[in-house]
Amino acid sequence: MAGKSTYVASTTFTRWLDARLPILRLANDSFVNFPTPRNLNFWYTFGGILAFMLGVQIVTGIVLAMHYVPNADLAFTSVEGRIMREVNYGWLIRYVHANGASMFFLAVYIHMFRGLYYGSYKAPREVLWILGVMIYLLMMATAFFGYVLPWGQMSFWGATVITSLFSALDQIVPHLGTTVTTWLWGDFSVGDATLNRFFSLHYLLPFLIAGVVGLHIWALHVPGNNNPLGIDVKGPQDTVPFHPYYTVKDAFFLALFAIFYMAFVFYAPNFFGNPDNYIQANPLVTPTDIVPEWYLLPYYAMLRSVPQKLIGVLVLVGALLTLFFIPWLDTSKTRSCRFRPLMKQLFWLLVGDCLLLGYVGAESADAAWQLGGMQLPLVWLARLGTLYFFGFFWVLMPLVGRLERPKPVPQSIARAVLGEA
Amino acid sequence: MKLALPLALLALAATGAAAEDVGQPLPPKTVDWSFNGPFGTYDRGALQRGFQVYKEVCSVCHSLNLVAFHDLAAPGGPGFSEAQAKAIAAGYKIPAEPNDKGEIFDSNGNRLTRPGVLADHFPPPFANEQAARASNGGALPPDLSLIVKARAGGPDYVYSIITGFGHKPPPGFKVIDGKYYNPYFAGRNISMPPPLGGGSVTFGDGTPATVANEAEAVVTFLAWASEPKLEQRHLVGFEVLAFLALLAGLLFLAYRKVWKDKH
Amino acid sequence: MAETTEPTRRDFLYIATGAAATVGALFAIWPFLDQMNPSSAVLAAASIEVEIGAIQPGQQVVFKWRGHPLFVRRRTPKEIAEACAIPVSELPDPLARNANRADDAPATDANRAVKPEWLVLLGVCTHLGCTPTVSTPQVPQGSYGGWLCHCHGSEYDTAGRIRKGPAPQNLAVPPYAFTGSTKIKVG
Repeated sequence: MAGKSTYVASTTFTRWLDARLPILRLANDSFVNFPTPRNLNFWYTFGGILAFMLGVQIVTGIVLAMHYVPNADLAFTSVEGRIMREVNYGWLIRYVHANGASMFFLAVYIHMFRGLYYGSYKAPREVLWILGVMIYLLMMATAFFGYVLPWGQMSFWGATVITSLFSALDQIVPHLGTTVTTWLWGDFSVGDATLNRFFSLHYLLPFLIAGVVGLHIWALHVPGNNNPLGIDVKGPQDTVPFHPYYTVKDAFFLALFAIFYMAFVFYAPNFFGNPDNYIQANPLVTPTDIVPEWYLLPYYAMLRSVPQKLIGVLVLVGALLTLFFIPWLDTSKTRSCRFRPLMKQLFWLLVGDCLLLGYVGAESADAAWQLGGMQLPLVWLARLGTLYFFGFFWVLMPLVGRLERPKPVPQSIARAVLGEA
Repeated sequence: MKLALPLALLALAATGAAAEDVGQPLPPKTVDWSFNGPFGTYDRGALQRGFQVYKEVCSVCHSLNLVAFHDLAAPGGPGFSEAQAKAIAAGYKIPAEPNDKGEIFDSNGNRLTRPGVLADHFPPPFANEQAARASNGGALPPDLSLIVKARAGGPDYVYSIITGFGHKPPPGFKVIDGKYYNPYFAGRNISMPPPLGGGSVTFGDGTPATVANEAEAVVTFLAWASEPKLEQRHLVGFEVLAFLALLAGLLFLAYRKVWKDKH
Repeated sequence: MAETTEPTRRDFLYIATGAAATVGALFAIWPFLDQMNPSSAVLAAASIEVEIGAIQPGQQVVFKWRGHPLFVRRRTPKEIAEACAIPVSELPDPLARNANRADDAPATDANRAVKPEWLVLLGVCTHLGCTPTVSTPQVPQGSYGGWLCHCHGSEYDTAGRIRKGPAPQNLAVPPYAFTGSTKIKVG
């Protein structure tokens, strides 16, 4: 809760500094003596993990940029010939960065689903949620640009497919789409001009992310954290100071996350990748299956579920824009799904739906399941999944909020925590 | 009566075999590589034999652009000494810089060359893609520096391809003119002729030069070429994970201590 | 009793955890520092072997070594004699500056050239790094028959030692050795 500052500058120097730039005061009030609900569980550690991952990606990225060459003829060799083989620990920094992107998205999805489950997007935290969605979109753009940089087959063809989506605008305004794609490419197809600008943007966006993260934490600190019970903090007995309680908890779960992350870096560094990206980009040869990285697969499935290009693009954009409206789509007075028996089940169906869409996105466009003697084209599963996605947010959230009978929430956090003990 | 079940199973198997989906390649054979698993390392002998196979067989068509001669003497690799690597390098002809007259060709029109040094990379067999295609019936032999990572199935796939020749195509299967039947390759028509026969090379360490041994050696070498830092990665990985486990343990105890009176 | 031992045990855990985290962080920083060190490709190119047999007496050939000009000069007997004639005490820089000799070796001609006929020098003026121009009988540069640096007027003699001008040191002799009668390995 943003209350009175409890910081007391104890030395001459800190008093002097506090009178000129109260940065230590800010640090104390935000991360030391910040009252935090005492009942935050494991799912609440992912915010800290995300901040750590942003730091890791920026540091490894800046170091990689010392050796990478953003030129279509030299990029692939600068990564696979120079960084991976010649630069001291280059292989390590590259694998940390590449797998770091996957870990970053894994953490952000858990973080977002946690927010959905506990109603952390509801009043008064709507702006907090919106800033989060903005961070998510910036992350997707950053990851998209970053994946192009090694200039492998998937880099090139993924860039071609996604940037070509804008040509769908031709159907709204003649020639608008091709004008936009030519402008994006700087050429008549993805090429060196495209690569150079993607490198510039890939370097820039993470710092925009860092700025929005600052706003995100600020917006969080005004009302204070939500908690698994979804009820407001009633007084000091409901909270503990952030340090040492949540610094140590965040540190512990960060260490566990790091074990998971490093296991991939050192023992399965290409698990999340695609072998085709170890082939240098060739504009004349298309890979058999063009697939984005796993964290973009659900959107890929939604895009391909619609045969008409423009509608497919609108569906994809619509899915992302939907996220902005969530604070107003949910009409329930109860925040946490712990006390919302129906929404809880629909929530888990949404999780399953996203996983299903992700699976379909990875398969080829004409893939089908063999069921007995019949064939079920996966595109129908994608359509079903897309329908549920939109239905969940635009139909179920507003309706269930009104129709559901939530369970009674506890009187206070302290009662719930200490009472149970 | 007793024979009914086995006969039925046999019939089922027979129909299964006849209905082999030749639209799909066979899944790769599984090989127990020395570098598999978290503690895997490259077999030094296999790396050196594999280098010999690459040099004497594969390098006629396939380049190895990203590997430098000094890599042959680097830790985690074939383990040649610096002097041996230098000698290997000197055996290669590298296109030379223009001479004092500014020429890069000799009087017969051949490219002027100089002996390789440690800093050089393996020179490609063809000057450019067009020359490579012209010498290989229009097909382009891919560079092998990353081949093991550039193919789904990795070393198992590469091994299956080079040992997968000699199968009879199923009845009715069309083998395209100039290509060869290989059931492990997508489409089952591959442009590469069978690269290895028994005795294609003579191994200095006395290992019998069977196709399987040659293939195992060259795939180990190519796996190293694709991933030269594997051994260092496994070693550092063990140290990092061990440290993180220790740190997580300490943090867990600290977490419990801090929260002791709050639960 | 319990009051005094409890805090110590708890503090020890926090200190141990903090120390472990710090040590881990320091180990983790190392790759980020080491990646800026010369890569294996740079190190492989750090040493070159050059054929010097075609150089005529009185002629200099310039090679490239570690990104710098490398002067290999085949001296005439006159040039060698000129270099040997000067006592070290008259030189502005009395040290040999030869990577193949001890740091305090004096700048005698013998300490400047392994074989007197061959002078192998780093062609980087010790003033501010320009490339000095070699003096030939046809086109003399400077008054000492060696090199003249056109940037600020430093003049070097036939053993590459500074004689006049702002340069503080003799031209450096890089680590090198003869691997054949007319072949040297530098670096």
